[in-house]
Amino acid sequence: MSGGAHGRSKGLNGWLLSLPALVLLFVAASGPLLIVAVYSFLEKGDYSGVRWIFSGDAWFRVLFEKDIFDGTVSLADANLSIFWRSVKLSLATTFITFVLGLPTAWFIATRAAKARAIWLFLITIPFWTNLLIRTFAIMEVIRNQGLLNTALINLGVISEPIQILYTDTAVLIGMAYVYLPLMVLPLFAAIDRFDMRLIEAGYDLYASRWLILRRIILPIIKPGIVAGCILVFVPSLGAYVTPRVLGGGKNMMIGNFIELQFGQGQNWPLGAALSMVLLIVVMGALLLYTRVSSRDDPHG
Amino acid sequence: MGKRRFDVTTLPGFTFIAITAFVLLYAPIFTLVIYSFNGGNSVNVWGGFSLKWYAIAAQNEAVQSAAIRSVIIAVSASGIATTVATMAALGTTRRGRFKGQTAIYIMINQPLMVPEIVTAVALLIFFSSIKIATGYTGLGYLILAHAAFCVPFAYLPIRARLEGMDMTMETAAADLYASPWQTFRYVTLPLLMPGVIAGAMLAFVISLDDVIITEFVKSAGQDTLPTYMLGQLRRALTPEVNAISTVLLALTVVILTAFFLITRKRD
Amino acid sequence: MSETIAVAARNVGKVFGAGAHTFTALGDVSIEIEKGEFFTLLGPSGCGKTTLLRCIAGFETPTTGTIELSGRDITHTPPNKRPVNTVFQSYALFPHLTVAENLGFGLKMLGKSRTEIDTSVARVLALVQMQAFADRLPQQLSGGQQQRVALARALAPEPQVLLLDEPLSALDLKLRKEMQGELKRLQIETGITFLFVTHDQEEALTMSNRIGVMSAGALLQVGTPHDIYERPVSRFVADFIGETNFLEATVEDGGVRLGSGDVLAVPPSGRTGTVTLAIRPEQIKIGQDGLSARVVATTYLGTDTHYTLALSDHSTLVARVQSNSGADLKPGDAVHVTIDAQSVQVLAT
Repeated sequence: MSGGAHGRSKGLNGWLLSLPALVLLFVAASGPLLIVAVYSFLEKGDYSGVRWIFSGDAWFRVLFEKDIFDGTVSLADANLSIFWRSVKLSLATTFITFVLGLPTAWFIATRAAKARAIWLFLITIPFWTNLLIRTFAIMEVIRNQGLLNTALINLGVISEPIQILYTDTAVLIGMAYVYLPLMVLPLFAAIDRFDMRLIEAGYDLYASRWLILRRIILPIIKPGIVAGCILVFVPSLGAYVTPRVLGGGKNMMIGNFIELQFGQGQNWPLGAALSMVLLIVVMGALLLYTRVSSRDDPHG
Repeated sequence: MGKRRFDVTTLPGFTFIAITAFVLLYAPIFTLVIYSFNGGNSVNVWGGFSLKWYAIAAQNEAVQSAAIRSVIIAVSASGIATTVATMAALGTTRRGRFKGQTAIYIMINQPLMVPEIVTAVALLIFFSSIKIATGYTGLGYLILAHAAFCVPFAYLPIRARLEGMDMTMETAAADLYASPWQTFRYVTLPLLMPGVIAGAMLAFVISLDDVIITEFVKSAGQDTLPTYMLGQLRRALTPEVNAISTVLLALTVVILTAFFLITRKRD
Repeated sequence: MSETIAVAARNVGKVFGAGAHTFTALGDVSIEIEKGEFFTLLGPSGCGKTTLLRCIAGFETPTTGTIELSGRDITHTPPNKRPVNTVFQSYALFPHLTVAENLGFGLKMLGKSRTEIDTSVARVLALVQMQAFADRLPQQLSGGQQQRVALARALAPEPQVLLLDEPLSALDLKLRKEMQGELKRLQIETGITFLFVTHDQEEALTMSNRIGVMSAGALLQVGTPHDIYERPVSRFVADFIGETNFLEATVEDGGVRLGSGDVLAVPPSGRTGTVTLAIRPEQIKIGQDGLSARVVATTYLGTDTHYTLALSDHSTLVARVQSNSGADLKPGDAVHVTIDAQSVQVLAT
C-alpha cells in the first residue's frame, strides 16, 4: 500500500508463507519433470530403467524407426497412428462437448436464481465424481449386453448387438461423457456475465435469433468458448483411464502408449521423450489460451 | 404462436439439447447405481433387489484394506495440502503485487496444467530410485504425491474466501488492541474457516478419486479403492465393482452438498 | 497547556505511492483537539480528513510530522498500543462474534478479567440501549442497531479519544438525525473526546464544539460552528458550508463598490483593490428601497422560497424569503433589495 521498503517486506512474507507449498510441489510434482527431461536423453537399460549414457535415440524413435537389418530410416507408422488417433479423438471430443455444452450452459444461465443453483449443482456432481466410476457407468450402457444394445434389440431396431465397446467410437463416447462438465462450466461462467439486454437491443435492431447467436452472443462469450475447448482438449489428449477401459488395450492413445514404455515396452527413455512431447503440446495449447483470453477479455 | 410469451433469452432447440445432455449425463450413473442392487450373479440379468454385492464387497479383505488405505491417504494428503495452501493463500492475497507472485501462482496451479500421466511417469521414475536408495516403500510416497496435486484444489477456495473478506475487520481488531497474532487467531482465521473447510473437502475428494498417479506410484500391495477397481476390470465388470462405485459416488455427493452449503452461507 | 490537549497533529504530511506516482493526501497539517471536545473534521471526499484520522488511529504512518496523545509522541506506536478507538464507516463488526463478544473484544485483547469484561459490556450495552441484543449476531441487526453496537464496541475500552469515520453515512435520513442527537448525548455522558469525520456540513454544524474545514490536504479554518458559518475566511469555506452568493467588488473609502455601481458600507477588512463578497441568501431582504433588481427565477422549497435576482450589471444573487411572507413575486418583476452590510464577508478574490 505504501510502497518502498514496506513493499519489499510484504513480498518477503509472501514468499515465506508460500514456501511450504512450493517445496511440496517441487518435490512431488515439478522437480520430477526435470528428471523426465533428463531421462529422455539417456540410453535404455537392459530390462527397465536407463543407462547413464547420452543418446538422442529416444527422441529419434518418437517419429522414426530404423530397420534392424539394413539400417534404412522410415517413419514410425505405429507411433504416428497413435498420435493421429489421440489428436483426432480429442478434437472430436471437443466438438461434441461444445455442441452439447453450449445449449446446456445457456439453459442453466437463463434459469431463475434458485433453479440455476440446482442445475449448476447437477453439472458439478458428475464433474467431481470419480473418472473411473463415470467410465464404468458409460461402459454399462454401451457394452454388448448393456442398456443401449438391449434396448435396441427389444425395440426390434437391431437383431445382433452392435460392437461399440473396445472401438474408437467407445473411447470417443466415453471422453465426451466424462469431459462434458469441463466444457459447460467455463461456458456458463461466460454466459452468466453476458448482459441479456444486448439480445433485446439485437431484436430491436431487426436481428433474427440465428443472427443474434452468431453476431452478438458467440463473439462476446468467446473467452468462455476458448476456455472450455482448452479445458476439454488438454485432458483428452493426455487421457489414460478412459481409453484403457473402453478402448480395450489395442485402441491406444498417447497416455497408454507412454505407460506401455514403462510396463511391457521397457523403454524408459522413449516413454520419457513421449511424455515431454505431450507436455510441450499441452503447454503450447495453454499458452495459446492465455494469449487469446488476455486479448479478448473485455474486463482487461 | 401468438399465445406464447416471447422470451428473449430462449434460443431455438437449446432447451431440448440441454435436457438431453442432462439425461445423457445421469442415465449411465443411475444404471450403475441400480445394477449395484442386482440380486443376480451376472451383471447382465436383473435378479431382483438385493444388497448382496455390498455385503460381498464389505467382507472382501482386499476391498477393506484398499478402503482403509484410501481414507488414510486422503485424510493425510488433504490435511497437508490444506495447511500449505492456507499459508500460501495468506502469502499471495491482499498484500498488493510483489515480485515473483506470478511464478508462485504457476507453481501452485501446475498440477492443473500438466497432464496427469506425465506427472505419474515423472513420480514413478523419481520415487523408484528413492525406494531403491532408501529401502522405504511405505505409504509416504503416495501421501506426498497426493498432497502435491491436491494443493491447487485446496488453494482456490481459500484464496477466493480471503479475497472476498473485508480488510477493515483486521484493522478494527488492531484498533481494539489485538496484536498481529491475536488478529490472525481471533479474526482472520475464524472468518477464513469456511474457505479452509471447503478447500479441505475438495482436496479430500480429489485424493480419494485419484487413479493414474496412484497406479504409477504405489508399491506392491498398496491398492487404493480406485486402483483396486481398475485391477478388477482386467477380468470382467462385476456387480461388486458397481457396489463400491456407488458407495464412492454417494460419499462424493454428500461431501459436495456440504461444500455447497458451506460456501453459500458466506453471505 | 498540554494537559488540556487530548490529541495533536504537528506538521503532519502524508504522501502515498513511490517514484513517479505519488499522491499528497496531507500537506502540512497542525491541529490541537482539547479534552472532552466534540471536534469535527469537515471536507469533501478526498480532502485528507480520513487520512488524518487514520494517522491518529495508527493505520497510517505520517510521512512527515508527529502525532501526540496527551502530550506523548505516538507517531510510530502501532494501532493496538494506542488508547484510541475507531467507529468505522462500514462498522466492521466481526460477523462470527455475537454483539456481547464484539463489545468485549478490545477488553479481552487488553487481558482484562472475565468479570471486568462482563461489567464493561453490560455498561456499554445499557449506554446504547441494546441490552436485548447481547446474544445476536451482527447480521441479525438492522443498520441502526449495528451502528449502535459499533459505537459501544469502540467506547467499551474507555479510550482517551474516540475516532468516528463518517459513521452515519450508511443510515437513512431519519435515522441519521436520530443518531446525531444520540452521539451528542453519548459524548456529554461519557466525557470522552470525540473526533468526528464527515462531508456533511449540517451534521458538523449541529453536533460539534469546534469544526476544522479541510480541502486538498490542507486545514483551511478551525472554529466554532458559528464562526465557520458567519465568518468564513475563504471562498471555499463560505461555499462549502451553507449557501452563499459571491459578488465581485472594489474597496473604497467607507465600503465596497459593486459592479452595479452601488456602494455597500461593509465593516473594514484591511483588504484593498478587488475583493469577493460572500453574502448568505437570508441576509438579503426584498423590500421598497435599496438596490434595484429584477426577479429572474423563483424556486419554491416549502417553508422558504428562493428568488434569483439580477442586479443592473446582470450579476445574480439568490435571496431566501419565508414562503408565507406574502411577497408573491414572478419572473420579470422589478424589486428593491437591501443587504445586511455588517454580515457581509469580504474575501480575497
